Amino acid sequence: MEPYAIEMLNITKKFPGIIANDNITLQLKKGEIHALLGENGAGKSTLMSVLFGLYQPEEGIIKKDGREVRIKDPNDANALGIGMVHQHFKLVECFSVLDNIIMGVEPNKFGFLQKKEAREKALALSEKYGLHIDPDAKIEDITVGMQQRTEILKMLYRENEILIFDEPTAVLTPQEIEELMQIMKNLSAEGKSILFISHKLAEIMAVADRCTVLRKGRCIGTVDTRDTTMEQLSAMMVGRNVNFHVEKGERHPGDVVLDVENMTVASKVHKNNAVRNVSFKVRAGEIVCIAGIDGNGQTELVYGITGLEPLKEGKLTLCGKDITRAPIRKRSISGMSHIPEDRHKHGLVLDYSLEYNMILQRYFESEFTDKAGFLRRKNIRAYSDSLIEQYDVRSGQGSVTVVRSMSGGNQQKAIVAREIDKNPELLVAVQPTRGLDVGAIEYIHRQLVAQRDAGKAVLLVSLELDEVMDVPDRILVMYEGELVGELDPKKTTQEELGLYMAGAKRDEVKA
Amino acid sequence: MLLLIQYTLIFSSVLILVALGGCFSEHSGVINLGLEGVMVIGALGGALMMRYAPEGLPSIVLVLLVLLAAIVSGMLYSSLLAVACINFKADQTIVGTALNLLGTAAATVLVKAINTATNPNDVSSTIQYIEQKKAFIVNIGSFEFNWFMVIAFIALAAAYITLYKTRFGLRLMACGEHPQAADSVGINVYKMRWSGVLISGMLGGLGGICYILAGVSEWKFENGVAGFGFLALAVMIFGQWKPIRIGLAALLFGFFRALSNVYFGFGFLVSLNIPGSVYNMMPYVISLLVLALTSGKSRAPKAEGIPYDKGSR
Amino acid sequence: MNEKRRILRNSAVQALIASLLCIVLGMLIGYIVLLFINPTGAWDAIMEVMKNFLHYSKHSLRIKNFGNTLVKTAPLLMCSLSVLFAYKVGLFNIGVAGQYVIGTCASLYAALAWGWAWLPCMLIAIVAGALYGGIVGLLKAYCNVNEVISGIMLNWIGLYMTNMLLTTVKETTSPYTYHLKDSAAQALLPTAGLEKFFNNNTYVTIAVPLSIILAVFIAILLDKTKFGYELKATGNNKNAAKYCGMAEKQNIILTLVIAGALASLGGALLYLTDYEQWQCTASSVPGMGFNGIAAAFLGGLNPIGTIFSSYFIQHITSGGAYVDKTMYCSQISDLISSIIIYLCGFVLFIKYAINRSLDRHDEKQAQKKKSLAATPEESRKGGDK
Repeated sequence: MEPYAIEMLNITKKFPGIIANDNITLQLKKGEIHALLGENGAGKSTLMSVLFGLYQPEEGIIKKDGREVRIKDPNDANALGIGMVHQHFKLVECFSVLDNIIMGVEPNKFGFLQKKEAREKALALSEKYGLHIDPDAKIEDITVGMQQRTEILKMLYRENEILIFDEPTAVLTPQEIEELMQIMKNLSAEGKSILFISHKLAEIMAVADRCTVLRKGRCIGTVDTRDTTMEQLSAMMVGRNVNFHVEKGERHPGDVVLDVENMTVASKVHKNNAVRNVSFKVRAGEIVCIAGIDGNGQTELVYGITGLEPLKEGKLTLCGKDITRAPIRKRSISGMSHIPEDRHKHGLVLDYSLEYNMILQRYFESEFTDKAGFLRRKNIRAYSDSLIEQYDVRSGQGSVTVVRSMSGGNQQKAIVAREIDKNPELLVAVQPTRGLDVGAIEYIHRQLVAQRDAGKAVLLVSLELDEVMDVPDRILVMYEGELVGELDPKKTTQEELGLYMAGAKRDEVKA
Repeated sequence: MLLLIQYTLIFSSVLILVALGGCFSEHSGVINLGLEGVMVIGALGGALMMRYAPEGLPSIVLVLLVLLAAIVSGMLYSSLLAVACINFKADQTIVGTALNLLGTAAATVLVKAINTATNPNDVSSTIQYIEQKKAFIVNIGSFEFNWFMVIAFIALAAAYITLYKTRFGLRLMACGEHPQAADSVGINVYKMRWSGVLISGMLGGLGGICYILAGVSEWKFENGVAGFGFLALAVMIFGQWKPIRIGLAALLFGFFRALSNVYFGFGFLVSLNIPGSVYNMMPYVISLLVLALTSGKSRAPKAEGIPYDKGSR
Repeated sequence: MNEKRRILRNSAVQALIASLLCIVLGMLIGYIVLLFINPTGAWDAIMEVMKNFLHYSKHSLRIKNFGNTLVKTAPLLMCSLSVLFAYKVGLFNIGVAGQYVIGTCASLYAALAWGWAWLPCMLIAIVAGALYGGIVGLLKAYCNVNEVISGIMLNWIGLYMTNMLLTTVKETTSPYTYHLKDSAAQALLPTAGLEKFFNNNTYVTIAVPLSIILAVFIAILLDKTKFGYELKATGNNKNAAKYCGMAEKQNIILTLVIAGALASLGGALLYLTDYEQWQCTASSVPGMGFNGIAAAFLGGLNPIGTIFSSYFIQHITSGGAYVDKTMYCSQISDLISSIIIYLCGFVLFIKYAINRSLDRHDEKQAQKKKSLAATPEESRKGGDK
C-alpha cells in the first residue's frame, strides 16, 4: 500500500486549563481531498498549528511519506512541501500579487530581485490551474476571491505537495465557492493532497473524498463521504442530533420602529459605496434578519444605522424621530441597542472590570453618576450584580472581574445583558453568536425571541444559514451593498436563499 | 545667496540621512523616536575620532575613520532600542524618548569627563575639530563643498534601490506591513526588524556627525542636536516613507533651517527687523503646518509601532 | 505562601516592584557607567547623588536644602501629572516640556511687564498652557498629527517664543530675567509660614502643598468621576468609547488642554518663587518636562505614586550638584534618570514575567489537585480565541 502523504498520529496538545487536542490521528492520502470537520473550538486550528510547527505537541508523531519528521517551525513545514491558505490571508496589501507570491523564495542575483523569471513561472502555473491572476495588480485593489487565488498560487509556486485550506469558503460568494471547488479538484487531479478545514457540511459532501471529524479536542472518526450523509456528519460533529429550531409563536407586528430610506454608506476599503440605496422597515414585535455573504455591506449598513459611520445619503427614522444625523449617544438614548459584530473591538473595554462594562451605555445616567459628576459606586455594583444574576454571566470574581480574563461566551453574554437590559425599542444584533458554543447560541437566540415577544423590534445580521432560517420573521438578503430579496423563512429553502445571496436571483425590494 | 544654498544643501543632507534612517526603521515596523539621541551619539563617536585620530593622516583616511566611528556608535546605540522594542516588546515611544534624553546626558557626561581629565579647569562639554573639519570640505570659490552632500545623495540612491529592487527591501517592508505574513513564508521578523533599526542607527549616526560638521568647528554636547532628529521624522512623514519624496521634503525643510542661520546676510530680511528667534522657530512652525495639512491622508507602514509576537497570530 | 502570591497578583504591588526594580537597575547601570569614566570616584559620586542635601552635616543646612529640593519637586510633580493624565487617554504628551516653558513665559511676563499679582499670574499661566496643549489636541483630533511629533515641534516653538518675549524683561547686563524680589515682589508666591519649617527658606511656598493637592485631585478625578471613566475607557479602547457614544475628539482635546494647564502651572509654581530666573539665551528646552515623563512612568502612572517618584527624581537631580566636579559633572543625575526611563519601557515585561511565573505556579497546583481528585472536569474556557 502506498504510504500516506501526511500522517499525524496520536497528537495531544494541552494549554493551561484545556486539552486542545486529545490523542488525535489524521491520515492524508496522496491526491485525495480530505475534510477536517468540527465546530469552533473543536481543535482544528490547534491541530493545524501543530502540523505547521507553531506548537509542539506533548505527545504524538508526524510522518511524511511514511517517515517520521520533526516540524519545529513553519520553515520546516514549508521545506516538507506543506502549504496553507489561512482563513485570514497572509498577504501584504500594498504589494503586488507577484511580490506576495515570491516573498520568502525570491529569485535573486546577489540579493537583487529577478522578477522576470518569477513572473513567467507564476503565469504558467496560473494558466495550468485556471487561476486567472494578474501578477501586477496590488492586493488591496483585487477581490477577496482573487486574493485567495494569490494564496493558492503562493503554495503552487513553492511546489508544495500538501495544500491546506482553512475555512476557505467563509469569505466567498457562491460563484467563487463553485470555482474554488473546481480548482481544488484540478489540484487533486494533478496529484496534490488537500486538507480542507470546514464546518459546512454541504461543501464537504460536494468536494471531499474522506472526512475526519473532531469534537471538543477529540477525534470522533474518519469516514468516506460516499458512505455517509450530512445528517450523520452533523451528528458526529455536535455529538447529538441537535435541533437548531427556535421555538417561537405567531408574530404580531406593530408600529414601524426603524425606517431606513435610501441609505448609502461609503466604503473604507474600496472606492464604491459599501451600501447602496437601501430601504427597509423594522416593526415592533418582529425579528428582521439581514442575510448575505460576509463583506456585502452588512457591516457598513450597521455602522450607518448605529452612527459609527456617517450616511452619504438617505434618511433614518427611529420611533418617528429623524436620527439621520444624530450622534451615537442620541440614538442610544432614543431606544437603540447594539450588540456589535466584534465584541473585542467595539463591545467591551477589556481592561475594565465587568461592572464598568455593564454600565458602558448608561454610566452617565443619574442612577450611576451624581450631579457633581462622581460615579455612584454602590449603585453600579448593585446593578452589575443583578445583571450577572439575571443573565447568568459567569466570571472568576463577579462584578470586579477584569473582562479580559473572561471566556468569550460570557463576554458575549455580558454584552447581551447590557444591551437588552437597556430596554431598547430596537435591538441591532450583529452576528451575536459568532464563535460561541451550542449552549450559548441557544441562549442568545431565546433572548432575541423574548425581545420580539415583548413587542420590541429586532434587527439581526447573520452569516450563518441555520440562524438565518430559524430565528427571524423576515429575511432581507444583501448582495454587493444592495437588498436583493425579501424572503419568508417559513416558505423559503436554504437553496433559494443561497441563490439570492449569490446574486443569482433578485427581486425588487420595497420598504 | 551662495551661503544660503550651501547651508540648505548641508542641512538637507543631514535631514536626508536621518529621515532615511527613520524610514528604514519604520518600514521594518519599529518607530524610532530616538533618532535625536542616535544623532548625538553618532556625532560623539565621530567627534571623538577626530580628536583622537593621529595627526597627519591623509584626509581621505580621516574622513573614512570618522564616518566609521559615527556609524558604529549610532548602530550600537540604536541596538538599545532594538533589544527593548523587538525582543522585550517595550513601548516604542517611551524607549525612544528615553534614548533621546540618554544620548544628550551620556554625551555630556562623557565629554565633560574627558575635558576635565585633560584640563581640570575645563568643565565644558565642547569638542573642537578645526583642523580635522577641513578634511570634509572642498572650497569651490567661496562655496564650501562638503563631502556629506555626496554621501547623502548616495544614501538616497542606495535606499531607493535597497527598498524597491532587492530581496532585503521586499522582506523588510513586509515586516512593517504584515509581519504575520512575512513570518508565514519563513522570514525572520525579529531579524528584519533588527536590521531596520540598525540601519536607522547607521544613518542617524552619519546624520549626527554631518550636523555638527555643518557650520561650526566645535560642538557643545549639552545642546544635543536641537530637535533635528524630530525634524527628520517630520520630513519622513511628509515624504510618505518614500526615498525620493523624502529627498525633496528634506530640501524644503533644509531651506528654512538654513534661512535661520544666514538671514542676516540678506539686507531685506534684516530690514524687516524680525527677532532672530522667529527665524529659529521657522523650521518647526513650517513642519507643524505641513504635518497638519498632510497627515490626514498619510499612509504609514501598517504594523509600525506594534511589537511582533510570534505567539499571537 | 498563598497570601504572598495573592499580594503579588495585585497590579499596584506589581507596579511598585517594577518601579523599585527600575530604580535599582538604573542606579546600578549608572554606577557601571561612572566606573568606566573614572573608577576611583564612582561609588562616592553615586552616594552623593543619593544623599543630596544629606551631604551637609549641619541640620540647618540640610533642612534648607531639603526645602530647595521640594521647591523643584512641585513643578516636576505638575509635569509628571500632565504626562500621566494624557497617557490615561492613550496620548504621549512629550509636549509637556514646551507647555512648562509657556507657563513660565506667561507668568513671568505678567509679573514683570504688567506687574500682576501672583494669583492672576498663575491663572494666566494656566490659560496659556491650556491653549498650548489644546493645539496638540486639535492637531491630533482633526488633522491626525501624531502628538509626539507635534509636541516636540511646539517645544521648540515655545522655547524661542519665550526667549523672544522675556528678552523684553531681562537684566541689561545678563541674559537672565529680573529677579521678582526686586522688580515684582507682588508676584511672589506666598509662603504661608512654610519657610519656618525649612530654616527660613522663603522659596518654599504654597506651591509645594498645592502640587500635592492637585495630585490627589487628579487621582480622584480619574478614579471616581464620570469624566475619569470616559477618559480611561477612551485610552483603553478607543473603538468601544466611540461605540457607546463618548465624544472621542472632544475628550482628546480636553485631555490635552488639562495636561497643558497642569504643566504650565508647574512653570509658574517654580518661577514665581524666584528660585530661578529664565535665561533668555536658552538654546534647549529645560529638562523639567522630560524628567516629568520619567516621574510619571516611575510612579506607575498613578497620581499618588508620582508624588513619590517626582520627589525621587528631583532628589537625585539635585543630588547631582554635589558630585566631585573634578571627576564628573552634575549631569550624571540626568544620565541616571534617563536610564530609569529607558528601563520603564520594560515595566510591562516585568509585570508579564511576574504574572507568568504565578500562572505556572497556579497551574502546577491545579494539576496536583486534579491528579489527587482524579475527576476529569470539563473546562469552560475553550471554544473562543
